[in-house]
Amino acid sequence: MAEASSGPAIQVEGLTKSFGEVRALRGINLSVPRGTVLGVLGPNGAGKTTAVRILTTLLRPDGGRAVVEGRDVVRAPAAVRRIIGLSGQSAAIQEELTGKENLELIGRLYHLSWPDARSRATELLEQFDLVDAKDRPAKTFSGGMQRRLDLAASLVGHPKVLFLDEPTTGLDPRSRLGMWGVIRTLAARGTTVLLTTQYLDEADELANTIVVFDHGQVIAQGTAEELKSQVGGDVLEFVVPDRSRINDAVAAIKPLGEGEPHVDQDTAKISVGVGSRSSDALIDAVRSLDAAEVVTHGLALRRPSLDDVFLALTGHAAEDDADAPEGKRRGRRQGSAAADDGAKGRRGKSS
Amino acid sequence: MTAIAADTGLRETGPSPLTSAKWAISDTLTMTRRNLIVWYRVPAYIFFSVVQPVIFVLIFRYIFGGAIAVSNSGGYVQFLMPGIIAQTAAFASFGTAIALAQELQKGVIDRLRSMPMARSAVLAGRLVADTIRMLVTILIIVAVGYAVGFRFTGGVGPAIAMIVLATVFGLAICCIAAFTGLAIGDEESVQSFGLIWLFPLTFISSAFVPIDTMPGWLQAFANNQPVTFVVDAMRALAIGGPIEANLLKSIAWLAGIFIVFAPLAVRAYKRAA
Repeated sequence: MAEASSGPAIQVEGLTKSFGEVRALRGINLSVPRGTVLGVLGPNGAGKTTAVRILTTLLRPDGGRAVVEGRDVVRAPAAVRRIIGLSGQSAAIQEELTGKENLELIGRLYHLSWPDARSRATELLEQFDLVDAKDRPAKTFSGGMQRRLDLAASLVGHPKVLFLDEPTTGLDPRSRLGMWGVIRTLAARGTTVLLTTQYLDEADELANTIVVFDHGQVIAQGTAEELKSQVGGDVLEFVVPDRSRINDAVAAIKPLGEGEPHVDQDTAKISVGVGSRSSDALIDAVRSLDAAEVVTHGLALRRPSLDDVFLALTGHAAEDDADAPEGKRRGRRQGSAAADDGAKGRRGKSS
Repeated sequence: MTAIAADTGLRETGPSPLTSAKWAISDTLTMTRRNLIVWYRVPAYIFFSVVQPVIFVLIFRYIFGGAIAVSNSGGYVQFLMPGIIAQTAAFASFGTAIALAQELQKGVIDRLRSMPMARSAVLAGRLVADTIRMLVTILIIVAVGYAVGFRFTGGVGPAIAMIVLATVFGLAICCIAAFTGLAIGDEESVQSFGLIWLFPLTFISSAFVPIDTMPGWLQAFANNQPVTFVVDAMRALAIGGPIEANLLKSIAWLAGIFIVFAPLAVRAYKRAA
């Protein structure tokens, strides 16, 4: 039991889970120190949600061990439930009830008295900037407000460990930033957070440590900086509209990059890691491509994305292995038409 | 460290059985209250659960009724109303199945299962609220029946017994629906599936017509299925006739349904994915 007070908040050893033929988890190991944020990064079908469902006692693992605050999720699920909060991929709120009623309901189910449930609801509505909407049915809320209410609901019981499964999937950029602010505040107050995401920038913003899942395995672990150093810093990216010139373009920029340029044949997009030479590399690239008389489109520098991390780690892009369930509308990969925006979109963000 | 370990050890044992039971009841009431608020907030739910049986009452009373010969005193309306009420009770189960499938889809059940509340409370709260809802609907249909000429002729006691039997029957069907709702987990499929089994089951029975007008092969089914036993027992309670055999068969069938489907529904809830 001493482990409960001094060990990590979450300890996972050799966790496995299969659904029929599909091996969703193939031996996951994780250790999350108290009061830190772990970002679990990976594409759809990588096993992120399965891991969260096991840790929150919703699913029994086939093998291995998972312990939350010293409580084993298989042997003491009730004890685990008393100290965790879960906010899933969709807003698990009752749309016909008002914001206040939703939180009071959860409070009552945590066995708070009516006055305590009411004051906890009021407190959370204030904290999550939902006071103005508290008496409106939740179905009139915007997507971002519904997700904030859902997150508030997961905090009613003062959880020591909070599980957030893709908390910003499907949100518009502004709501996403709002959500980040809320999660940062929680982390600053000492709540241990396990957060899954498909977005490297999100993990980068929020997590102390990141683990990368692919095909049910942890393929990399470290801080955002460590992962990015594996990619090799910034990425230079452009589209070659005339596909017959792709090889010339690759030849022209190859000397500038650190590692092989990657060519996406579908979109005629070429990307190459340029390390810390960022702006020099950009200028050199313009010169080289000009000298080679290759016409390019949307030439820009951007910060490494999940795809780049995956390319660097596995040699394959973070393709969707499974069909994206509803609510996962946001594509990670920028289509060719959006290449310009894609290249610029993630810049200008503090690191 | 010892103090902390002792504290943790204490918490691992969880609440006492008495506290657990208290919480299970309190959680069930909380869920019941929430389900009733939702029902009250969406008048469409009430409207549609009442409108369908009212239309059936009017169609069978005034359109088909004249062509259906019955042997009981008081004519077809007396024959019809217990059947319609039984069907209304059975159809209340659509609400149960659809609500659970929706909650599963939206992740509400995941949220509730990840909380330290009583495991039984979601299903129990659903069934209690749906039973209250069903009872209100039944009383409205009885009132509509009175408006079109139906009368209880066996007195107050048997009338209440008929309504209780209808409600217990509806609750049994709701148990089946809770299981199918959680097992299928998709709103539209659940709705279609409900129609596929509940329509034949309620129509191929003594609810709307005397069974001896059906072809022989259909009579074999209609004479031996629970809806017929329940409707015949309800009809005897409402307007008189032999009760005992049908009532016993009804009770045996309903008990059987609860024994099989209540555990299945609980299992589907625990495993809901």
